[in-house]
Amino acid sequence: MPDVTFTVDGKKLTAPAGTLLIDACRKAGIEIPAFCYYPGLSLQAACRMCVVRQEKVPKLQTACTTTVAEGQVFITDSDEIAQARKGTLQLLLGNHPLDCPVCDKGGECELQDMVFKYGAAESTYADAKNHREEQQWSPAVYYDRPRCIFCYRCVRVCGEGMDVFALAVQNRGSSAVIAPNEGTQLDCEQCGNCIDICPVGALTSGSYRYQTRPWEMNHVSTICTHCADGCKVTLGIRTTADGAEILRASNRDSSGINDDFLCAKGRFGFDFVASEQRLTKPLVRNAQGNLEPATWEQAFQAAASRLKAVRDEKGGNAIGVIGSNRTTNEENYLLQKLARTVLATNNIDHERTTDYPAFAQALAGTTGKTASLKDIATAPAILLIGGNPTEEHPLLANLLRTAVRLNKTRLYIANSGPIKLDRQARLTQLVPDGDFAKLPAFLEAGAADFAKAIAAEESLIVVFGQEFRGESAGKLVAWGLKRASVRFAYLGDHSNSRGAADMGLLPDLLPGYSPAPVPGKTLGQMLSSSLGALIVVGADPFTSHKFPSEASKKTFVVAIDLFLTPTAAAADVVFPAASLYEKSGTVTNTFGDVQLLRKAADRPGVKPEFEILVRLALALGADIKALVPIGVSGTTGDLGQSRGAQMGEADRHSVYIKGHNLEPRLSPFDPIALLDEIAQTVPGYSLDRINLLAGNSVTTEIGAGPGFVSVAALSGEIAPAHDTLFTSSALGRYSDGLNKIAQHQSPAQSTAAAD
Amino acid sequence: MTDQESISIFSPATAARFDALVLKYPLKRSALVPMLLYAQDEIGYLSDAVIAEIAQRIGITQLDVRSVASYYSMLRFKPAGRYNVQVCTNICCMLRGGYDILDRFKKELHIGHKETTADGTFSLEEVECIGACSWAPAIQVNYDFHDELKPDLVPGLIDAYRGKAAAKGAK
Repeated sequence: MPDVTFTVDGKKLTAPAGTLLIDACRKAGIEIPAFCYYPGLSLQAACRMCVVRQEKVPKLQTACTTTVAEGQVFITDSDEIAQARKGTLQLLLGNHPLDCPVCDKGGECELQDMVFKYGAAESTYADAKNHREEQQWSPAVYYDRPRCIFCYRCVRVCGEGMDVFALAVQNRGSSAVIAPNEGTQLDCEQCGNCIDICPVGALTSGSYRYQTRPWEMNHVSTICTHCADGCKVTLGIRTTADGAEILRASNRDSSGINDDFLCAKGRFGFDFVASEQRLTKPLVRNAQGNLEPATWEQAFQAAASRLKAVRDEKGGNAIGVIGSNRTTNEENYLLQKLARTVLATNNIDHERTTDYPAFAQALAGTTGKTASLKDIATAPAILLIGGNPTEEHPLLANLLRTAVRLNKTRLYIANSGPIKLDRQARLTQLVPDGDFAKLPAFLEAGAADFAKAIAAEESLIVVFGQEFRGESAGKLVAWGLKRASVRFAYLGDHSNSRGAADMGLLPDLLPGYSPAPVPGKTLGQMLSSSLGALIVVGADPFTSHKFPSEASKKTFVVAIDLFLTPTAAAADVVFPAASLYEKSGTVTNTFGDVQLLRKAADRPGVKPEFEILVRLALALGADIKALVPIGVSGTTGDLGQSRGAQMGEADRHSVYIKGHNLEPRLSPFDPIALLDEIAQTVPGYSLDRINLLAGNSVTTEIGAGPGFVSVAALSGEIAPAHDTLFTSSALGRYSDGLNKIAQHQSPAQSTAAAD
Repeated sequence: MTDQESISIFSPATAARFDALVLKYPLKRSALVPMLLYAQDEIGYLSDAVIAEIAQRIGITQLDVRSVASYYSMLRFKPAGRYNVQVCTNICCMLRGGYDILDRFKKELHIGHKETTADGTFSLEEVECIGACSWAPAIQVNYDFHDELKPDLVPGLIDAYRGKAAAKGAK
């Protein structure tokens, strides 16, 4: 659309013809209030708050439905408009309870803000209010009918946004209510986006209601720890006597790749952090064979002395290291560095949920062939192969739906059975289970309609996952690489499984997929052989692999975890670790987007894995400076004294530090010091630091180093998590919030999936 | 769809009418309101089964059907009497004694607004304008109009409909 020029409040504005006036004004910094208008959702024009005066038009116009054209003149702020908005508010307040002091929304309520602004607190309506009792629709969602102002945002976000259609308006006029699909119960994906989007306190959250006031919380933006999409989540944090607790998870500021979207796990699944079952003291196995609490010092000594003895007597090859899918890139990098340098072993692996090395190998020597999550939102055509993103990658599913709805993206799905996203698909193709490997040939042949349609697409993003491993992944990518603009996204399962692979938690590959000189044992090989010692970080291989086997009962096991998992319970030394919400660092989502974690919650008695590993290395007598690059240029540093004056642009402080010849990193527990090393040594990780620090996602490149040998032989060790909307592998069972929701949904789950 | 049609709760004529209706509009759901009206005429009210079948025929959720149906005060979710007496009390009828007619019906039938007699023959409703202002006061019994009424004509009307009901036998 060509640009047009129009006037708002005497200011000349320019926007493409057909832009909604409200969008054009907001972009130019002119605030127009609205309850019902919500970017990305269909227009409702129900609330009448956005009324503006348009020249030569007899009545006030709603800015949310007025499209701009050349030469129009608008006034958005005048006595007349203020009076109209005040009148609207008085009507809304006619049946709205004035219970702001006890309402969850008080302090961040859009209605409250508007009433303050337009001074409509005193109503001229004297009629009695129409009171109704509050309803609980599910463990997550409560509805307080009198507070509802009928903006229909929840109805639209549930229907258009989530494609669930679980909410609708019933009745008319002053007896209208929002009703859930099962009478008084809500049978849906329990994403809580309706709660989040509600401008008033009509929809409240089961986990947050009556917990606090918004202004009593600090709001920390970090990355969700549940699935591999890496949604940005803003945690509401409140200081407690011994730390800081998480009260709420949302992303109301719409920053990050997920805009304001979160799924049930992200929104309600944070409470595992405060679980009573968290480990809070190091445990050491005593002479009687029982785990008993110990001091950190005792635990480090116990672990280090045995590890050192095994290394020195049997050699590094007798030590195994198993890393985590949920720790930061820095921790993963440090773990493999500790294993490979200090413990002198290449026996390092993690619980693989997908075959990233095969993906890296397939893309070896290419650049710009991977799609980030942001690209999904703007892609003209997407081919989704296998899996069910609605359950396993809720954000991806949401972006796909949004792209189809708003950008008319053409979505093609090849799958072994029907999935919910088929409703958005332009074409679907049934691929019998086990026949995925034949798909590249099928597409290549171009005989069927589906293959023809794919062949006709000029620009395509191919999204696929664990159905393709080893050679078959290579073949699919090879098919795509023959065409000019095909990009790929490869789906794994946990919050940082991509990071674990990228950082070289692999026996045969160093960080960045360069081959290790001497390949070590895989996870399966480690557990079936008799190792002298085993370090397990944030993983539970004993549950999946029935360890300890007879051969390995004498193995000395060090576990670092949040909970006393079966693996930790069988260990000799256990260190209580911090969750992803309790540490800083970076994580990489399955699309290769790196994002910054910020420490939100704080629980006494636990330490981040990074600190535990550094202290363990210290107890092993390692040279810490060789492990974590601190004090490289000297020992005179800036301990923050110049921070205040040098704040502002993200890199101004580092420029200052460099200019004054100060050492930027002095703490061995500073993960960012290791990020500096990662950026230099790991191919594809030379990150755009300013964007990273600003909280944006930063894309990386995946590609294998030279001389890389096929890993197809390992495919047997890949175990996809197949988490659903309400499970989160090892963490989900410790989240009361998620468990209650899962229980609520369990009898009706089959109908919800089928509708 | 075919499975559903074979166990349709509607008469073959109505079912055929619905089949034609859903194809008539560019958007299937445009057929919703007429379908609800015809369904109510046949079944007497919008039962759960009616809502389920209509939702299925149009391909929308039952919640959506309820959402539309509950907007209209002339669509019922509970059975009305065989003869639904709708008494207009808008301005013309009111000025010419519409309330007297309503009161007489209440007295004779021993029921109030939106209530049904114990035998299910009559139900009574006070309604807005039925478009018979020139012949006020007027009432509508199902689709039949009775105009220029006087309270004393009410018992005769009731008897006439009772007789009709008896002649047709219990439904």
